[in-house]
Amino acid sequence: MSTIAPQAPAPRVARKEATDRRSSAQRSPLGVRVGVVTALAVVALLWLAPLLWALDTSLKLESETTAVPPQWIPESGFTLEAYRSVLASDDLITWFVNSTVISVAVTLLTVLVSALAAYGFSRCEFRGRGVLLALTVAGIMVPPQILIVPLYRQMIAMGLVDTYWGVILPQLVAPAMVFILKKFFDGIPRELEEAARVDGAGSFRIFWQIVLPLSRSILAAVAIFVFIGAWNNFLWPFIVTSNPDLMTLPVGLVTVQSTFGVRYAQVMAAAILAGLPLIIVFMLFQRQIIRGVATTGLGGQ
Amino acid sequence: MATTTIQTTPPALVPGQPPRARKGRSLATNRGGFWFVLPFFVVYAVFLLWPVVYGLGMSFFDTSLARPESDFVGLANYRELLGDPLVWRTLGHTLLFTVMSTIPLVLVALLMALLVQTGVRGQWLWRFSFFAPFLMPVATVVLIWQWLFQYDFGFINATLGQLGLEPVGWLTTEEMAIASVVILTVWWTVGFNFLLYLSALQAIPESLYEAAALDGAGGWRRLVSITLPLLSRTTGLVIVLQVLASLKVFDQIYILFGGGGGPDGAAAPLLQYVYDTGFVSYRLGYASAISYMFFALIIVFSLGQLWLSNRRGTSQKGGAA
Repeated sequence: MSTIAPQAPAPRVARKEATDRRSSAQRSPLGVRVGVVTALAVVALLWLAPLLWALDTSLKLESETTAVPPQWIPESGFTLEAYRSVLASDDLITWFVNSTVISVAVTLLTVLVSALAAYGFSRCEFRGRGVLLALTVAGIMVPPQILIVPLYRQMIAMGLVDTYWGVILPQLVAPAMVFILKKFFDGIPRELEEAARVDGAGSFRIFWQIVLPLSRSILAAVAIFVFIGAWNNFLWPFIVTSNPDLMTLPVGLVTVQSTFGVRYAQVMAAAILAGLPLIIVFMLFQRQIIRGVATTGLGGQ
Repeated sequence: MATTTIQTTPPALVPGQPPRARKGRSLATNRGGFWFVLPFFVVYAVFLLWPVVYGLGMSFFDTSLARPESDFVGLANYRELLGDPLVWRTLGHTLLFTVMSTIPLVLVALLMALLVQTGVRGQWLWRFSFFAPFLMPVATVVLIWQWLFQYDFGFINATLGQLGLEPVGWLTTEEMAIASVVILTVWWTVGFNFLLYLSALQAIPESLYEAAALDGAGGWRRLVSITLPLLSRTTGLVIVLQVLASLKVFDQIYILFGGGGGPDGAAAPLLQYVYDTGFVSYRLGYASAISYMFFALIIVFSLGQLWLSNRRGTSQKGGAA
């Protein structure tokens, strides 16, 4: 519990270290370097092959997906036919919109609620603080899967089954994120806030105008982590939605997958479209995402 | 009325520096803290605390989705699960999957991180290849692997055929069911552990390696005597996180076998039994009882590892003093 990740190491230092390593690798014998590159290439190929094969299949005519032996380049060339037919039905676009609305809402609300709470725990004295903090830390240990049965019952009682809110609300509880943010706020020197307070700023204004801007890197890390979780969440949306118009992408793909039958090109096209958004985001923000995942991933403990 | 301490050294604006202990109430110790915590605590109470309590209560009733009223049955649900062969069978699958997946998920991640950390060209490509699958929704991952594992036209069996080997019934034979899930899971999630190892490797000061090189230590020697020992804490953490994640396996198995848990249920994990009991057989009370047995397992593991790491921590400190 005591370990918190090396919080947001200054990127400059990390880069300098990387170049140091590079020079030390250059000093190592040629044979070793060739071995390392070969090993990396083999593993990378193994890891990329499934993605490449899925992409390849999605670009084939349905009749050529099951060619034996398998061909990387189909005889009648590549086609976007599968993408066209998948996008022609409204389902995929509906699910895409649902996933986007739900993931964005979950991310914004979770970050807001968690940051407020973390600031309260870090800076404020109030009755019951110790108990609430202990409850928060204990909450990290609760596996969300054990809650599905009582939560579903609760959703029926609250009339939230098959609604956006029914999917969103239970995902807002992120005690691990509160804990990570509290640790971070604890490390921000208080002098700035004290100066602002002398100038007459209220608690909320200090939080909003001083603390949040200072915490942009950790907030981004938490937001990225929450967004990935929300976009990819399967179990809860699967349980709480049965109306195809309200399903998220992962749930829709699985439940209505049967409509594709054994049309592999279309199945692969749909799977790739569902996986694409986060891959693009990752390509654009690789450095931030890697740092964010390393920070929040360890901080959860 | 309030005290501000004057410091001799100007505080650096470095986030992450250890919190300074403050005695008394400073100007920055705000009032109204309760209002900051309130929104979080409301969602926490409604969507975590209450379900935990409610679920525990439900496990003592014969609650059903099929009818509104329910009766108190005491420990009957717990007694039933002790004698339920499906509980033990699915628990066995969960534990087997945990062991079979944790080992490669730690070793492969370590290997990947060590290779990438050598600093050879193509850093972006390596990181992308290893981590990209982690970002995919489970539905995408499973659909891709269902196609790869397909018996007649699947890419894997076709490749085996070209090498003159017999096709394997990845998803259709009981012996291969869990192994197939392990392969899929390693491919999908190893990137996360890889990143944890990579950030730990980057934190090892280069000076240690330089000193060792001056002493004439070769690359292998440096790996065994410096890198691996310094990674032992990270390895402990990765193993714990991985075991906790693997114990909770459900999504990929449920989707991969279309809810059937594999040929003759050969891969169905405990959480799938909870799901089936609650949402297919409508026995919410009994499903809750199984959930709580699972929760107890998680807690025992968490506390056990905490106790172990504390003991190791104190004995190490004792040794150093």
